[in-house]
Amino acid sequence: MARTLPALGVGVVVVLAGVALATMRVNPYLYFAGYVILQYVVIATAWNILGGYGGYVNFGTPAFFALGAYTAVFLIRSIKAPLPVLIVAGGLVAALLGLGIGYLTLRLRGTFFSIATLALSVVLQTMIINWEYVGGSRGISVIRPSGPPFGNYVVFLFTVMLGLAVVAVLVARFIERSWIGRGLAALRDNEEAAECMGVPTLRLKLFATTISGFLLGVAGAPFPYYVTFVEPNSAFALDYAVNALAMPMIGGTTSWVGPVIGAVLLGTTQQLATVTISSELNLLIVGVVLVAFVVLAPEGILGLVRRVRGRI
Amino acid sequence: MFSWDLLANAVVAGVLLGGFYAAVSLGIGLIFGLLDIANIAQPAFVILGAYAAYVMNSAYGLDPILTGIAFTPVFYVLGAVVYRIYYGSFERRGEESLRGLVFFFGILFIMEVSLSLKFGVDYRLVQAGYIGKSFELAGVGVSFRYLVPCVVGVAMTAALYLFLGRTFYGRAIMAVSQDQAALRLMGANPVQIKTIAFGVGIAAASLAGALLITIAPVIPSTDRDYIGRMFAITVLGGMGSIGGTLVAAIILGVIESLMATFFGPSWSLAVSFGILLAALAVRPAGLFGR
Amino acid sequence: MSDALLQVEGLTKRFGGFLALNQVSIAVKPGERFGLIGPNGSGKTTLINCVSGSLPVDGGHITFDGRDITALPAHRRTRLGIVRSFQIPKPFTSMSVLDNLGIPLENAAHGRGADGADAMQILEAIGLAAKAHLRPAGLTQIEMRKLELARAMAARPKLLISDEAMAGLSSAEVDDILTILFRLNAQGITIIMIEHIMRAVMRFSERIVVLDAGERIAEGTPDEIVRNPAVEKAYLGE
Repeated sequence: MARTLPALGVGVVVVLAGVALATMRVNPYLYFAGYVILQYVVIATAWNILGGYGGYVNFGTPAFFALGAYTAVFLIRSIKAPLPVLIVAGGLVAALLGLGIGYLTLRLRGTFFSIATLALSVVLQTMIINWEYVGGSRGISVIRPSGPPFGNYVVFLFTVMLGLAVVAVLVARFIERSWIGRGLAALRDNEEAAECMGVPTLRLKLFATTISGFLLGVAGAPFPYYVTFVEPNSAFALDYAVNALAMPMIGGTTSWVGPVIGAVLLGTTQQLATVTISSELNLLIVGVVLVAFVVLAPEGILGLVRRVRGRI
Repeated sequence: MFSWDLLANAVVAGVLLGGFYAAVSLGIGLIFGLLDIANIAQPAFVILGAYAAYVMNSAYGLDPILTGIAFTPVFYVLGAVVYRIYYGSFERRGEESLRGLVFFFGILFIMEVSLSLKFGVDYRLVQAGYIGKSFELAGVGVSFRYLVPCVVGVAMTAALYLFLGRTFYGRAIMAVSQDQAALRLMGANPVQIKTIAFGVGIAAASLAGALLITIAPVIPSTDRDYIGRMFAITVLGGMGSIGGTLVAAIILGVIESLMATFFGPSWSLAVSFGILLAALAVRPAGLFGR
Repeated sequence: MSDALLQVEGLTKRFGGFLALNQVSIAVKPGERFGLIGPNGSGKTTLINCVSGSLPVDGGHITFDGRDITALPAHRRTRLGIVRSFQIPKPFTSMSVLDNLGIPLENAAHGRGADGADAMQILEAIGLAAKAHLRPAGLTQIEMRKLELARAMAARPKLLISDEAMAGLSSAEVDDILTILFRLNAQGITIIMIEHIMRAVMRFSERIVVLDAGERIAEGTPDEIVRNPAVEKAYLGE
C-alpha cells in the first residue's frame, strides 16, 4: 500500500498534465495522433496482463476491442448513452468474453489456446457483419454529442484516453506487484507445478482473461466517437492483434513499463510514419521489428537495459 | 429454398472443396500435427504460392499447377531456412511456446503486408484451359475449376502418405514425432529430420497456393480465411494423421458448402472457426496439450 | 483405520480403455515413512497424481486428515498439507531459487508468517543457501532435486510425496537426499517415497506397498517385501 499511493499520485499528475495540455491550443493533429498512441498503451497493457504475466498468448485482441466499440455503437443508437456509460459497458461486455476464454484455458493450454483465440475475431466479425442494427458490413455513422466539457471533441477524447491509460497501467502495476502477479508468473513458468504449490491457477487465469478483456473493451468503447464511422474492417483490424503483442514484446513483457515503452515507441513511430509513408509499409516495419525483437532481444528493451546495467 | 437438386449440388461441391482443403492442410498437418510446431504462418506461404502461380501465369502463361510443382524446391529451401531460424532462436533454448508463436505470427504478418505492397489489394486470378469448363453428371454440375484442385489434393495426400510410410526420411519424421531419443539411436539427427519435414510442409504450400488461385481469385489477406480452416482440419483429423486430414477436410468442405448454399456465403467462414473451437473444446484435455 | 493421515479407498483410474488403477487402497499413518514401489507402468505415478489432485479419479475415495478430498482441486490439497515433488524437476524458471520458494510460502503456507527469512531458512537447512539468488538454470542436477524438495518444504507439508527424487543421482548424492528425508520425517512430516532405487527405499521405508499393473499386490515391512514371491514375480516376470 505504501508504494501504491505514490503511484496513484503520479497517475493523477499525468492526467492533470494531460488536461493542461488539452487546454493549450497546440496543433490539433497532435491530439488526434496522441489518442491512438494512448489507446495502444491501454491495449498493450491489457494484452500483457494475460500474455506477459500469465504466458497465454491472445491473438484475438481485435475481437475484444471491437466488442467494446460495437457495444458503444449499440448503446449510442438505442439509448444515446453518455460516454462514461459506453466505456463501462464496453468493458463489461468484453470482460464477459474474457471470462469465456478463461474457461477455455481449462482444456486448452499453450498453443491450442492461442489458435482458439485466432478464431475468435473471425467468428465475432461474421456476426457483426450479419447484424444490420449496428451497421452490418457497410458500417455506421456515429454523431458526436455536441458541446464536450472542454476543448473540441477530439481534445476531450484524448484526455479521456489518457485517463484510461493511467488506470490501465496502475491496474497492471498493482497486479504485477501482488500475489496475483507472482502466481501468474509461476503458472507461466510451469502450470502444473504452480497448482501443486498451492497457486489457484484456474482462478488466476479467469481473473487475468477477464481483466485483460475488460481493459481491451474499454480501449474500444470511445472508438466510435473518435472515428465517427465504424465498420467491421476497421474495428477488427489485424493491426490491433499485431500491435497488442508487438508492443509488449518490444518493450519487455515481465513489467508494466514494457508495454508502455513499446506502445509509446511503436505507436509514435507509426503515427509519424503514416504522415510520410504508406500505411502498409508502416505495418511492414512493425512486423519486421517484432520478429527482430523476438529473435534477437527476447526480453525486449527492458531486457537490453538490464543487460547493459548488469555489465557496468 | 430447399430442393434435392440444390442439396446434391452442394454436397458434390463440398466434397470437391474438401479435396482442395486437404491439399491446403497437409503442410500444417505435418508441421503442427507431427512436429508440434505451431506454424501459424503456414497460410501466408500458401498465399505466396498463389502469387507465384499468378506471376508465372500472367507473365509467361504458365499453367498454375505446373508452377506450383516447379516452385516446390524453392519453397522447400524457404521452409528449411525458416525452421533453422526458429530452431536456433527458440526450440534450442526451450522457449518455443510463447515467443515461437509470436515469431510465426510476425512472419505471417510480414508476408501478408509484403504481398499487398507488391501486388496491392486487388483480386488476382489465373488463366488456364480448364478453368471455366464444366460438365453435368446426373443433374449435378461439376466444374473443372474445382475438380482439378480436388484431384491434385487427393494425389498430394496419397503422395505424402506414401512418403511418410515408405521412405527412410518419411519414417524418420514419424519417429521424430514420437521419440527423439530413439531417433538418435537410429543414427539420425532430429534437427535435420525436422528441417526436412518443415521444408516438405512449406513445399506443399507452393502447390496448395496454386490450387487456391485456380479455384478463386486471391488477395494478400486471403491467408486469414485459411488459418481457422487449416487448424480445424488438423485437430479434427487427429493431429498428424494424413488419412484423417483428408476425411476432416472433406467433412469441413461439405459443411461449408451446405452453409453457403442454404444460409449464405458470409457464414461459411464462421463455420470453419466454429468447428475449430468445438474440435478444440471436446478434444480430451491433455492428450495433445502442452 | 481411522487413525490414518491419508486413506485411499478403492481408487480406480482409466485412460480411455486402459485401466491404470484398479480398486487400489492404501492407508498412511501420521509420521510414517511409507514406500510405494512397482515396475514401470504399474501405476505409482498415476496414484500420486490422483492423491495430489493432478488427475481426477474415476472411482473410490481419498481422505486426508479425516476429510474427504476426492473432489478438491490440487492447490486446495496442497494448502491442506499434501505436497509433492516432481520426478522431473519443474522449477519456476524465470525466478530466483529464493523466489521459487516464495510461491508455496505465499500460496500454501500463508498465515504462518511467510517471508524471505523463512525461505532462506529452508534453503540453509537443505544446503542451497549459497545459490539463493541464482536462476534454476544455473543449478546442477542434485541441486535441482534439492530445490524441488526445498520448494515442497516451503508449502509446509504434513504429507510429503517424493516422486523418484533420486533417479540418476550418484550413490553419495542418494545418501545426501536420504539424509534430508530422514530429517524431515524426524520433524514430524509423513513421507511417501516412490523410488526405483531399492537400496534407498528399503532403507528408508517402515512399510511398503507394491503395485503391479494397476493393482496392489503386496504390503509389508521391507523384509517381508523382499521375501514375497509375488513381488519377485512382478519384477522379474514369469
